[in-house]
Amino acid sequence: MIFKRKKYIELTPKEKVDIKKEIWIKCDGCGKLLYTKKLEENLKVCPECSYHFRMTAEERIKSLIDEGTFVEKWRNLETCDPLNFVGVKSYKEKLQEDMKKTGMKEAIVVGTGKIGGFPVSLSVLDAHFIMGSMGSVVGEKFSRICEFSIEVGLPLISISGGGGGARMYEGVISLMQMAKTASSVGKLKKAGILYISILTDPTMGGVAASFAFLGDIIIAEPKALIGFAGPRVIEQTIRQKLPHGFQSAEFLYERGLIDMVVDRRDLKEIITKILRIFHT
Amino acid sequence: MEKKYLPFEKPIEEIERKIEEIEKNKKIDPIVKNTEIVKLKQLLIEKKKEIYSNLTPWQIVQIARHPNRPHTLDYLDNIFDEYIELHGDRAFKDDPAIVSGFGKFLGMTVAFVGHQKGRETKENIDRKFGMAHPEGYRKALRIMKLAEKFTFPVVTFIDTPGAHPDIEAEERGQALSIAINLLEMSLLRTPILCIIIGEGGSGGALGIGLGDRVLMQEFSIYSVISPEGCASILWKSQNAVEEAAKALKLTSRDLLELGIIDEIIPEPLGGAHSDWEKTFEYMKSAIEKNLKELKMIKIDELIELRYKKYRKIGVFKEGEESE
Repeated sequence: MIFKRKKYIELTPKEKVDIKKEIWIKCDGCGKLLYTKKLEENLKVCPECSYHFRMTAEERIKSLIDEGTFVEKWRNLETCDPLNFVGVKSYKEKLQEDMKKTGMKEAIVVGTGKIGGFPVSLSVLDAHFIMGSMGSVVGEKFSRICEFSIEVGLPLISISGGGGGARMYEGVISLMQMAKTASSVGKLKKAGILYISILTDPTMGGVAASFAFLGDIIIAEPKALIGFAGPRVIEQTIRQKLPHGFQSAEFLYERGLIDMVVDRRDLKEIITKILRIFHT
Repeated sequence: MEKKYLPFEKPIEEIERKIEEIEKNKKIDPIVKNTEIVKLKQLLIEKKKEIYSNLTPWQIVQIARHPNRPHTLDYLDNIFDEYIELHGDRAFKDDPAIVSGFGKFLGMTVAFVGHQKGRETKENIDRKFGMAHPEGYRKALRIMKLAEKFTFPVVTFIDTPGAHPDIEAEERGQALSIAINLLEMSLLRTPILCIIIGEGGSGGALGIGLGDRVLMQEFSIYSVISPEGCASILWKSQNAVEEAAKALKLTSRDLLELGIIDEIIPEPLGGAHSDWEKTFEYMKSAIEKNLKELKMIKIDELIELRYKKYRKIGVFKEGEESE
């Protein structure tokens, strides 16, 4: 017995993994393997356990805005490195890396479109770009879309899916974006413009403590992590493990901090309903 | 109050100890003693000048946190004619990390809000190290709204490592309370003067830090994250605190240059902790000057200017429109 016929074709392990990764994805909620295409059709919500996967800004817009109505604004704003921040990795390197990774120029997309036929202004944060943290460009675009909403009298919908809070690499300039964006929401208030804020996983730190928590109506996605201090920081401070479900959307709802927790598959319908009721 | 010295103040400590020793020594001839002390005091000034004109950002962080530095209540006790502290957020409880109320400053009625740190361990625990909970921010807002009712100017004293990171703070809406303060302060129809008197720790500082003028004492700091936090996130090592302190551009000089603050309040040679009298004098004249200027501006204009002040902060490029 010198030559034994193989019963299977050999694949190099590398190829195997790649193919698997593209077609199948493991759910972080229930651990089941999901067919990627099916998951995407289901707005990235696990059909088994309703776990909400994070969305990119592009996917988010597609899921909420009526087809063909979205017009992006101020795509031309580009990030600078005002502190010339040098760390283990410089800010410039980090920016390049995340631009390449996401195909985006920054963590925010703003524009106009229609939801259920109602024209709105829209601001979407993308957690895939430096954790969706707020630097100068995020602050500037958010303030511009607020001012634009006032100018043309459109309700503003903001989706905050960015955990990083204020962007460390821009130092106090990024901290001041909290003051800047909150002041712009103040302008909306004075002008009588409806502002709906959707909190998605994760909404923390400086983003939470400024425009995200200032919605006239605040909606969160199930199980989204929402809060001010990061769970690890709190654990280090109090030196004990945090209770299960701490800082989740449901935790905040129970304490009266947000209006409702809405499954992503119902989100468009709920927003449309609010727009209809508030429309005069 | 026991005098404490920072590691880099060692040469100052040595000279001051020597002066004390000589002063106490009864065996030395008074004339010799005098000349000796005059000489040492001269040397002390030179040493202080040498050390304090070459401080690194990390050393400035340590000065900003110095336990002998005057805190909010020290300023109230020493530069206000009189004041009354008011308590509670009218909803949950009184937060000892923030003091607030009304007082007379050079005959003028002024509202004050400030973080309050302790000096000794027990006092620090009672004051929660100056780290406020949501009820603290809500109390601050209540006092500011009351000030608005009478158009009394508001002076805020900022000195906190940050907002309190614990379970209770999150349960009661830490992010929400800070966000609401920012929005309400941007619209408050009375002048607001904010002064960083020690540590300006991120959102916890900004929660009472949005105003018409923002001043910093010379050796105070203002930062989006503590150098320790930044070092552990970006460098994954506590050994990098000095580098992080430098990278964050958190000193008064850096922030004046970046256009974030309006003015630096000078500190006496050797820092605020070394000479309270002079510190109070400089603080008093800075508050007086700024309040007088702000009172001259009509409220509607003031609020528009306040909006523009923050609206223009940010550094970005406006590339070509791709559409």
